[in-house]
Amino acid sequence: MAKTSKTIGIVAFQGGVIEHKKIVQELGHRVIEVREPKDLSSCEAFIIPGGESTTIGFFIEQTGIGKELIKRAAAGTPIIGTCAGAIVLAKNINSNIIPPHLGLLDITIRRNAYGQQIDSFYADLQIPSLKINNLHAAFIRAPIIEKTGTEVKILARHGKEIVLVQQGKILAATFHAELRADPRLHEYFISLI
Amino acid sequence: MPKKPTKGTLEIKSNLAQMLKGGVIMDVTNADQARIAEKAGAVAVMALERVPADIRAQGGVARMSDPKLIKEIQAAVSIPVMAKVRIGHIVEAQILEALKVDFIDESEVLTPADTRHINKSGFTVPFVCGATNLGEALRRIQEGAAMIRTKGEAGTGDVIEAVRHMRKILGEIASLKKMSEVQLKKYAVQERLDLELLKKVRTAGKLPVVNFAAGGLATPADAAFLMQIGAEGVFVGSGIFKSKNPAKRARAIVLATMYYNDPAKLAEVSEDLEEPMFGIQAHQVETRLQERGKNL
Repeated sequence: MAKTSKTIGIVAFQGGVIEHKKIVQELGHRVIEVREPKDLSSCEAFIIPGGESTTIGFFIEQTGIGKELIKRAAAGTPIIGTCAGAIVLAKNINSNIIPPHLGLLDITIRRNAYGQQIDSFYADLQIPSLKINNLHAAFIRAPIIEKTGTEVKILARHGKEIVLVQQGKILAATFHAELRADPRLHEYFISLI
Repeated sequence: MPKKPTKGTLEIKSNLAQMLKGGVIMDVTNADQARIAEKAGAVAVMALERVPADIRAQGGVARMSDPKLIKEIQAAVSIPVMAKVRIGHIVEAQILEALKVDFIDESEVLTPADTRHINKSGFTVPFVCGATNLGEALRRIQEGAAMIRTKGEAGTGDVIEAVRHMRKILGEIASLKKMSEVQLKKYAVQERLDLELLKKVRTAGKLPVVNFAAGGLATPADAAFLMQIGAEGVFVGSGIFKSKNPAKRARAIVLATMYYNDPAKLAEVSEDLEEPMFGIQAHQVETRLQERGKNL
C-alpha cells in the first residue's frame, strides 16, 4: 500500500531484473533500470538482483555504477541485494573467485555454500521483527552469511544459517525474494526511504 | 506450517535459468578456457571435449564428455557448469547428475542415442533443450525441460538458422492469440501438445521457461541481433574459442548482450577483435544437426 509513489532503481545488467520490476510496479512504484551512472540520479532506493555475482560485479565496476552506489549509500539511500546482489554488497567474500564488490555491508559471505543446483531449494522463512510469516524463499546456488559485524542486525535464519540481514538502510537476502511475486519484503525495503 | 525444503521441482529448476537471463553461456573444452570465460563475464560454461565446429570437422560419434574433464572445469570456476548428453541417453544424464553439473543440455550436437527424448521430470538437475519451432519447444517442456534454446546450426559460425528458429518460435507464440478454440485444439493434436499448456502460453504470450538463442553465433553483433529479436540470453559455442583472441571476443560478446540496444556501444565493443571463427555457410553443411530429434 504505497502512500506515495517512489522511484526504485534496479541494477539491470543480468539476472532477476524483470521479477523485481514486476513486484515494485505492482506496489505502485516507478522503476528505472540502472545500467549507467546517469541512471542513478532520480532513484530513491536501489535493488541489486540475483544472477551471477561475477557477471554483475564485473559490470558494476566496469560502468562506474559501483562508485556511485557507494556514494548514495553513504548519503542514506536504501539498497537491497538478493542472492548475487547480497554478495556484491558484502565486505568479505569467501570464494576461490572473488567478484568485484561494494563492501557496504559488514558481513562475510560464502558463495555457492549449499552446493550445486541440485541442492537448490524452497523454504518458508519467518521474519518476526518485520511481522512476516512464511515468506516462500528460493535458495538457488545460494550463499551463506558466515559472519556479521556488530552493526549488522540479523532479521531471519533458515535453520541455523543467517539468510536476511540489515545494516542501516542496507539489506541483504541470501535467497530470492523476487521469484514468487510476494511483495512483503519489498514493501518493508521501500518503507526505508 | 513448516514444510520440508523442496528440491528438484520444475519451479526451482526454471528459477536457475531465470537467473541466467541477459547473460552469455560459453562452450569451453578445458579448465583454462573456463577461467577465461568466467573472467570475461560469462554467466555459465558448457563443458565439452570438442566444440561443435570440431565435431563437425572430425565426424564420428559424439558422446558425453569424460567426467574427469567436467570435474576439472567444475573445480576451475564458480559459475554454473553445464554439460551435454546425447538425445535420449538417460544413463549419460544420470552420470552428469551424479557429477552434480548445474544444467544438462540434451543436445543435437551430440549423436542421438534414442528415438525419444529423456523424461526430464524424473531428474533433480535441470535440462535445457534445443528447438526449431514452438511445437518442438513445448514437447521438450512437457518432458520437463526447464529452459529452451534455439538449435540454430551449431559449429557453423553462420547465424541465420538461430535467427530463423527464434523468429519462428516467437512468431508462432504470437499467432496463438489469433487462433479460435477449434484451431488451437487442432494445433495441439497435430503437435502432440497438452492443450492446457498451449492455453497458458497463449495467455502469457511467452514460453513458461526461459528462451535463449544458440547455434552459429560468432560475433558481438550476432549476440545483440538475437537479443533484439527477443532472446533472453545467448549461448556461444565454437564462436569464442575458435576465434583468434578468445578472451577479447568473449568479453565483447558479454558486453554486446548487455548493451544490445545501444549501437554506439556495440560499435565500440566490436572494434579490433581480430579474426572470428572462419565458419561455413549453414546451407552448405553435410550434416544438419538441427534435424536431429526435431520430429520427436
